[in-house]
Amino acid sequence: MDIHEYQAKEILTEYGVKIADGGLAYSPEDAVQRAREIGGSIWAVKAQIHSGARGKAGGIKLCRSHDDVAKAAEELLGKRLVTHQTGPAGKVCGRLYVEAGTDIAKELYFCLLVDRSSERIVMVGSAQGGMEIEELAQTRPEAITKIYIEPSVGLQDFQARAMAFALGLPVSMINTAVKTINGCYRALRDNDANMLEINPLVVTGKEDLLALDCKMGFDDNALFRRHRIAELRDKTQEDPREMAAADRGLSYVGLDGDIGCMINGAGLAMATMDMIKLAGGEPANFLDVGGGASPERTEKAFRLVLADKNVKAMLVNIFAGINRCDWIAEGVVHAVKKIDMKIPLIVRLSGTNVEEGRRIIAESGLPIITAETLAEAAEKAVLARNEVVAREG
Amino acid sequence: MAILINENTRIIVQGFTGKIGTFHAQDMINYGAKVVGGITPGKGGQSHLGLPVFNTVKQAVDQVGAEASIVFVPPAFAADSIMEAADAGIKYCVAITDGIPTQDMMKVKNFLRRFPEDERMILTGPNCAGTISPGRSMLGIMPGHIYIQGNVGIVGRSGTLGYEAADQLKRLGIGVSTSVGIGGDPINGSSHRDILEHFERDPETKVVLMIGEIGGPQEVEAGIFAKEQMTKPLVSYIAGLTAPEGRRMGHAGAIISTAGESAAEKVAMLKDLGVTIAPTPSAMGETVAAVLAKLS
Repeated sequence: MDIHEYQAKEILTEYGVKIADGGLAYSPEDAVQRAREIGGSIWAVKAQIHSGARGKAGGIKLCRSHDDVAKAAEELLGKRLVTHQTGPAGKVCGRLYVEAGTDIAKELYFCLLVDRSSERIVMVGSAQGGMEIEELAQTRPEAITKIYIEPSVGLQDFQARAMAFALGLPVSMINTAVKTINGCYRALRDNDANMLEINPLVVTGKEDLLALDCKMGFDDNALFRRHRIAELRDKTQEDPREMAAADRGLSYVGLDGDIGCMINGAGLAMATMDMIKLAGGEPANFLDVGGGASPERTEKAFRLVLADKNVKAMLVNIFAGINRCDWIAEGVVHAVKKIDMKIPLIVRLSGTNVEEGRRIIAESGLPIITAETLAEAAEKAVLARNEVVAREG
Repeated sequence: MAILINENTRIIVQGFTGKIGTFHAQDMINYGAKVVGGITPGKGGQSHLGLPVFNTVKQAVDQVGAEASIVFVPPAFAADSIMEAADAGIKYCVAITDGIPTQDMMKVKNFLRRFPEDERMILTGPNCAGTISPGRSMLGIMPGHIYIQGNVGIVGRSGTLGYEAADQLKRLGIGVSTSVGIGGDPINGSSHRDILEHFERDPETKVVLMIGEIGGPQEVEAGIFAKEQMTKPLVSYIAGLTAPEGRRMGHAGAIISTAGESAAEKVAMLKDLGVTIAPTPSAMGETVAAVLAKLS
């Protein structure tokens, strides 16, 4: 789960990390009020969306008067921002963070994340802040310092110092840096975050260290014990179909193709989507109905897939283990009858009681296309989709 | 032979008396697995499915000689159960539980490293379908009847995609020595590479099929191991050709986050390492069959 910059900064301040003065705004009036409270003569008006690279997408505006602040707020609120992280649909900005302008002497990069290969939290820093770390990793890997944190003892001061020196900070700032780095580490660890990125971490003209931006991502599996974090969820930043699926206990990811899918198991779902692509089609979604594809779940899954108006054909691929094929077939037949499906449906069942499952589908009288193998199912789905497209002209 | 479990492996079930634990324990018993009891703290001394219930794993090890365990404990308490098993001297543990926090798994892995390597409990999972040595024993939740006994080792992250592979092999009359699910989480007990080491040592396994996914470095690490240290051929399929970058595909680990983690990149690297690639998921069986045919 992701949170907004302003929420992440609120967490950081509790751990002793310094940020610039700022406040949240939901309207241009709010924004001007925040600018007044902050004082000074320069402000950044920042769109709060769940994505990095907001600056490039025009989501951050520097303002030199209250009128400018109002204008920037007017422009950003309700705007759909598209970055390389949001996908083509972009994300709508519903909140703004108004922040005091900062006297920046130097921009640094700092992040902490859970590293899969070492199974540890790793701290990553670079004196080259501001730019995309992926880009830096490609062009100048030597400019990046990585320090691995031993899980049983946690981050040690010597490691924080090593990072501070690697960031090129002067000796006079080392203590401040150690405090900041320790604060970031505790914010990540105590809240079950899997990522905390500060880009840029800035050195001010007065030799202070400020987190000018902050992105935090959290482990969904740990939200049961992090109620406060769970409450920070902003549903407007998430795909409504994915939210609806999650509420029904289904795992759904919307994609750009037009062949709808319903499959049990994440790996088999990915494999089936691969087969569709290899057969010349494009999947409309990833959908894992999980182990227990009960008639109720099957119906919900069908409704979810068919809610996407791009879908021209639907493919169901279920490998029945503990749940038998006959039971799954009944669920499919029930769902098709109840929903009054208009597009071709291809069903491939395998596993326990497969013959009985196929018989139920054949005897249902419904125009369901069946397939025995994965390849056959994908080919038939693409064929059916092409026929629909041809008919529509 | 087979790896990790066989007909003599003495199994206990952690989370024995719960609904899920009960269901799958019965299924394992029906398959012929040697289940010798279970753990539910506070219900020690009772009997369940005709077997003894213990308060602690240690008691089960001492009293009924438990060697392997399977964990059905809910996510909030699962890490604790896994560490209890390791501490009690269990040799092999399968964690079925889906939804264990990542930091808990880091703690578990760190705890396991405290034991000398030859005494360290082997863990597979979490969020997996378990392990089966067909015709001998089952420490998992898979439909046992889709596997026949044979010479192909299977290791994979996904449950149902593993079933698909076993089914394709069965249609071709090819059997499995052991099939191991390592689970879909970002941090897991054993990696693909760890399981390949076991298969390499097992005289019965002739070929290994590795079913990988997008995300993480484990498939390529396994490929490097296969090239440098394995005498047996490795066949692999990597799922997720259509997965977009930055989107999580069901499994917590199935997300492309850095270079080298997409299906196409992994396939290219594995090919370079001499791994035989099944070009499509429906060709897993025939690709293994072709490699087996070349051996004889």
